[in-house]
Amino acid sequence: MKENNNVITNVLLSGVGGQGTILASNILTEVFLGAGFDVKKSEVHGMAQRGGDVTTHFRFGKKVYSPLIKYGDVDFLISFEELEALRYINWIKDSGKVIINEQQVLPPAVNLGQAVYPPDVEKTFKKFFKENVRVIKGQEIAIKLGDARAANVVMVGAFSNFFKFKEETWLNALVGLLPKKIHELNIAAFKEGRKVL
Amino acid sequence: MKKVMQGNEAIARGAWEAGVKVATAYPGTPSSEILQEMTQYKEVYSEWSPNEKVAVEVAAGAAVAGARAMASMKHVGLNVASDPFMTLAYTGIKGGLVIVVCDDPFVHSSQNEQDSRNWARFAKVPMFEPGDAQECHDFVKLAFDVSEKFDTPVLVKGETRVCHADSPVVTGERKESAMPLGLDPKVASKYVMVPANVRVRRPIVEERMKKLEAYADKFKYNKMEINDKNIGVITSGAAYMYTKDVFPNYSYLKLGMVWPLPKKMLAEFFKKVKKVIIVEELDPFLETEIKALGYKVWHGKDLIPNMFELTPEIVEKSLKGKAYKAPKVRVKPEDLPRRPPNMCPGCSHRALFYSLKKLGTFVFGDIGCYTLGAAPPLQAVHSCVCMGASIGQAFGAGKALGQEGLGKVCAVIGDSTFLHGGVAPLMDTVYNKGYSTTIICDNRITGMTGLQEHPGTGYTAKGEPANMVNYPDLARAIGIKNVRTIDPYNVLETMGVIREELNRDEASVIVTENGPCMLHRREKRKFQYPYYQIDVDTCRGCKACLEIGCPAISWQEVSEADSMTKDGKKRKGVVSINKTICPGCGLCQQICKFEAIIPGQA
Repeated sequence: MKENNNVITNVLLSGVGGQGTILASNILTEVFLGAGFDVKKSEVHGMAQRGGDVTTHFRFGKKVYSPLIKYGDVDFLISFEELEALRYINWIKDSGKVIINEQQVLPPAVNLGQAVYPPDVEKTFKKFFKENVRVIKGQEIAIKLGDARAANVVMVGAFSNFFKFKEETWLNALVGLLPKKIHELNIAAFKEGRKVL
Repeated sequence: MKKVMQGNEAIARGAWEAGVKVATAYPGTPSSEILQEMTQYKEVYSEWSPNEKVAVEVAAGAAVAGARAMASMKHVGLNVASDPFMTLAYTGIKGGLVIVVCDDPFVHSSQNEQDSRNWARFAKVPMFEPGDAQECHDFVKLAFDVSEKFDTPVLVKGETRVCHADSPVVTGERKESAMPLGLDPKVASKYVMVPANVRVRRPIVEERMKKLEAYADKFKYNKMEINDKNIGVITSGAAYMYTKDVFPNYSYLKLGMVWPLPKKMLAEFFKKVKKVIIVEELDPFLETEIKALGYKVWHGKDLIPNMFELTPEIVEKSLKGKAYKAPKVRVKPEDLPRRPPNMCPGCSHRALFYSLKKLGTFVFGDIGCYTLGAAPPLQAVHSCVCMGASIGQAFGAGKALGQEGLGKVCAVIGDSTFLHGGVAPLMDTVYNKGYSTTIICDNRITGMTGLQEHPGTGYTAKGEPANMVNYPDLARAIGIKNVRTIDPYNVLETMGVIREELNRDEASVIVTENGPCMLHRREKRKFQYPYYQIDVDTCRGCKACLEIGCPAISWQEVSEADSMTKDGKKRKGVVSINKTICPGCGLCQQICKFEAIIPGQA
């Protein structure tokens, strides 16, 4: 880290296919690129993975080399699903911050009665990360606003509190990435998310 | 303009700026987005070719006519295209010809993990290896110039973490190629690869490699970064990105061109640094070549794994050895339930494989979503090698087994895969009197790679209406006498037809009808009911419906109070159907013996 003080911030987004991790990471990309940072983002595409686990590595700093975060180096975990948060708990630095959407999508083995969905995900996180863990009712808030699919943007809204950018910087990025007819919903989702944390 | 782009998008953009006129591809992870992105550029003729061999031949024809052309494919695609590729290295080109080949270390979605750099050495052509989106853009652009300057096809190697990673790209404008278009019969000896001409071209290939070696020393993307002179790393592509991230203070020789090697630059680097480490993904390609030049390499594949993809963690762990401090384990990830890939709810392949499983036949499978039929609980696919292999293998197994095998062997292949590599082995099956049954599961699109058109869909890559292959007619024209169609969602009918054809001592073809990919918007099957639900009072919790592995179906234990059905049968649990993801295909309803699965209302 000595070389020209190149501090990199690592954000890991995790969830289940269809939860909108890609849009969320695209918003981050726009905001941090716009603020003059170098950015890199990487996600796994692969075999037909509807319902499979999805992760996106997002990194920003003065000069980012690797598109992948080093295991154990995550500064922020944004997780759209509880089990998918737990799956990456070892990736987070001791000082890392965690935002989890309160939602459980049951994996096949649980559906078939062959495995148990891990209980007390929040408690497990709090044991290691204390007050740096926030569980947000992203799904519930989005449903109240009219569409469960906006939960991802609620999460981005919550995450935005960790940085000094103005609200409109985030909203401009958001609006630029979405079709007009869902602007209103997503702006509201972002604002609600920004309020809860 | 500066814009965040995915590596594949940047490859397409770079080619467009370089004036590419013809772009071809067969879809394959992680390369598919290159051509998808290309279709937006109106100056470029873009096509999904039936397979990679055709893609390279079409691009090569365009290059001979003076146009800049590009063919893109996944690593195993170049195996298919290797026939024209190997000889194009002899003929050379006229307009620039770039072949993009994208590797899949760790086999995220492939049948093997081959290292494409070996093709460059094998064919004697140059290969560039970008490490991020900006380099994808810049290297591809430059590849066309190098192709024309040295009269050679140029390989550009992508890989998952380059193709599917996004980073900022400074783009430029399109510049049309200055080369005049046209065909010149007077230069035929350059392109007609008969032995007499080959013997003329052969030394030219060697001379060209010498010139390219000299060029490699001046190549602006072969870069030396001298920091700590004790340790120097020779690396390229994504491996550079990981290593630089973890060891920013080492010295580096980053190769943008991985073949041929820059000999003077290597000599200089070995002079400048004390000890040299080579960090490369997969094969010891650079290491072998550099050692053969007589250099002493401190570390290479003795520490860096020669299989699966590298990551910053693996590079750090490998090079630090005992000094590496692993992050603490808070929860054992292996204790958590996984989310393995599965076919979508309502997928027609699931219904077909259920029937095949019930019939107990050995299934030679092929490459596509339907390979997932090998996964539990269906486990109805018993072989999968490469595009089209199912048909030849089923035929060959029949020849080995003789009458013993009758009724027990079939091939299952998707529509796109059949057109890619299935027609020739089908011809063999009927010509050489095989008896195997070939089931073409036609979901009307190339599914697994994200819905690309092919010659059987009736549309081109740019969405224009086009000719549509008729599979039964094609099979008959080849000589197959027994051609049947089935509705895969009708289990009894499907099982009946397949049983008849399996037992017939003659080659047969069965085509599934009205089973489009569930993600395909243009062709949607209308099911009779919007979804199915469980009659909770009747369900015995027997788990028969779990045998199809449908993501919409789950089973839960019941409490003592619920342990009886309404007709007084003991049960341990009941099934439920998630109506938000059940499309109402009705497969489970045909399986339930107790009529506990009933139609839902809209």
